[in-house]
Amino acid sequence: MSTADDQSVGMDYLESFPRKFLRVYLPLGLIVVFLLFPFYWMTVATFKPDAEMYDYEKYNPFWIVHPTFEHITKLFFDTDYPLWMWNTVIVSVSSTFISLFASVCAAYAIERLRYTGSRYVGLAIFLGYLVPPSILFIPLAAIVFQLGLFDGNLALILTYPTFLIPFCTWLLMGYFRTIPYELEECALIDGATRLQILVKITLPLSLPGVISAGIFAFTLSWNEFIYALTFISSSENKTIPVGAITELVNGDVYHWGALMAAALTGSVPVVILYSFFVEYYVSAMTGAVKE
Amino acid sequence: MAVMAEPVAVPERRGSLWSRAFESRNFLGAMFMVPAIAILVLFLAYPLALGLWLGMTDTKIGGVGRFIGFGNFVSLAKDSVFWLSVFNTIFYTVAASIVKFAIGLYLALLLNERLPFKSMIRAIVLLPFVVPTVLSAIAFWWIYDSQFSIISWVLIKAGLITRYIDFLGDPWNARWSVVAANIWRGVPFVAITLLAGLQTISPSLYEAANLDGATNLQRFRHITLPMLSPIIAVVMTFSVLMTFTDFQLIYTITRGGPINATHLMATLSFQRAITGGNLGEGAAISNAMIPFLVAAILLSFFGLQRSRWQQGGRD
Repeated sequence: MSTADDQSVGMDYLESFPRKFLRVYLPLGLIVVFLLFPFYWMTVATFKPDAEMYDYEKYNPFWIVHPTFEHITKLFFDTDYPLWMWNTVIVSVSSTFISLFASVCAAYAIERLRYTGSRYVGLAIFLGYLVPPSILFIPLAAIVFQLGLFDGNLALILTYPTFLIPFCTWLLMGYFRTIPYELEECALIDGATRLQILVKITLPLSLPGVISAGIFAFTLSWNEFIYALTFISSSENKTIPVGAITELVNGDVYHWGALMAAALTGSVPVVILYSFFVEYYVSAMTGAVKE
Repeated sequence: MAVMAEPVAVPERRGSLWSRAFESRNFLGAMFMVPAIAILVLFLAYPLALGLWLGMTDTKIGGVGRFIGFGNFVSLAKDSVFWLSVFNTIFYTVAASIVKFAIGLYLALLLNERLPFKSMIRAIVLLPFVVPTVLSAIAFWWIYDSQFSIISWVLIKAGLITRYIDFLGDPWNARWSVVAANIWRGVPFVAITLLAGLQTISPSLYEAANLDGATNLQRFRHITLPMLSPIIAVVMTFSVLMTFTDFQLIYTITRGGPINATHLMATLSFQRAITGGNLGEGAAISNAMIPFLVAAILLSFFGLQRSRWQQGGRD
C-alpha cells in the first residue's frame, strides 16, 4: 500500500536543518497539536477530580495534581455504561459480519460471474453508497417501527448494513479485479464449483481487502449515531455515543467528568483496533475514493 | 436491478436442472446477490421511496397521514427557521470545506516530505477521523464551555481578551465554533486521501522539472496540482456530501441553538420529525437536501470519468 517512504525528490538532502525545520517540522507540529489537543483534553478531564476541574485559579488546567478514577468508577458502576458498551460491541460485530458476507457474495457475482446487467447493479450499489443516513432515518424509523424492531439491537444490526454493504462491495470489487482470471479458469477446469472457487481461491487471495473492509465497517458502525439515536429509546438498549449524550446530562447539570470518561473509554477500543490495522484502514479509506 | 431468478421447482429430473442452473451465470449471479439486494432493497431503496412519499403527507408519529401534495413545502417556504437552516447548512458546508481543503492539502504535502517516523505520524493524524464523532464532539463541547473554556482561559492569561468568550451562546460564535469542530474532524480524511494521491505521482516528473530549473512553486503549480486534480474532485465531493448532511456534531455541541442559529437541515428535520412527531414535515426537510446531493453526486461522477481518462484507464 504505502510506497517507499522516500517520495521526496532530487536535492532535498542539501537542505539545511533550520530551513527544513521552519518549512516542514514546525507547521506539521502545529497541525498535529491542533489535531491531538481534544484527545489530551478529554484524557485530562477524565482523571481530574471535580475540585480541580472547576478551579482554574488554584490549579493549572493543563495538568492534574491528584489524578482520580472517580469519574470512571461512577460511569461504570452508577450508569448503564457497561450495557451500552456491550450493545455497541454486539451491534458493530454483527452488522460487520452480515455486511461482509453479503458484500463478498455480491462483489464476486458482479466482478467475476458478470451476469447480465452486473455493471448496472454495480453502479446502483455505488450510488447507494452516496445516500446519507440523514435523509433515510425518518422513513427507516417508520419501517423499523412497523417491523416491530423498534428499541432493540436488531433494529441497528439490520439497518447499519445499508451504509456498510455499498462501501464494502465497492471496495471488494476493486480487490477481486486484481486477481488473475487464469487462477479461476484452472480451478473451473479441475471441476471446482463457483462456491469452491470463491471460498478457496478468491477469498484467500483478497484477504487484505476483506480485512480492510471489515475494519472500516466495524469503526463505521461503532461510530454510528443518528440511527441509534432515532431507533432506540430505553437506556439499557443504547449504544455508547447515544447513551453518553442522552443519559449523562440531567437537565442542565452536565456530569463533565463522567461525560469525558465515556468519551475516552468509548474511543479507546476503536483506537486500539485501528492501531493494529492502520495500513488496512488507510487502504480502505483511500481505496473507496480512488476507485 | 437484477432480475431475481426463482429457484426452479421441478421435483423430477431435479439433478440435471439444478446442475444446469448452477452453470448459468445469471442464475448463480442472482443467488449470490440475494443477501445484499434483500437488505439494500428493504432498508435503502424502499425507505428512500417512502421518504419521498412521507414528505408529501402530514403523517404524525403513531398516526396515518393524508396525502397533501406539496403542502409541506408550501408551509416550509414561509417558515423562517427552515430558511435559516438552509442558510446555516450552506454556510457550514462552504466555510468548513474550503478550510478543510486548504489545511488538508497543506498537511498532505508536508506528510509527503522525507520525515522520520512517517507512518506513525500518518497514523496519529488520522485519529480524529477514526474516533467516534459524537465522543470527540463532547470534548469540543467542554472546550467551548462558557465558564471553563480552555481557549478563553489561555487568551485571558495572554492578555488578549478580558472576558470569557461565549462560544455557544452567540449566533456567529456558535456557527464558527461548530465549523471549527467540523474542520478538525474532516482535515485528516482530506489529508490522508490526498497523500495517497500524491504518492502515485511519479518522481520522474519532478526530476525532469528539476533539470529544467523549475522552482518549488512551479513544480507544485504545473505538476502536483494537475496530477492531483481528479482525486481532489472526488475527495472534496465526498467531503462536501458528508458536511452537508452532517448531524452528529451539531446535535452534540449545540442541538441547533442558540435560537436555531446552528440548525442544519438534518438537525432541523430530526427535531421536527422525531422530537416534534411531525414525520411528514421532517421528511420534507430531508427531501429538500436531495437536489444538493444529486448535484454533488453528478460532480463526483464526472470527476471519476475524468480521472480514468487522465490515468489512461479504460472508458
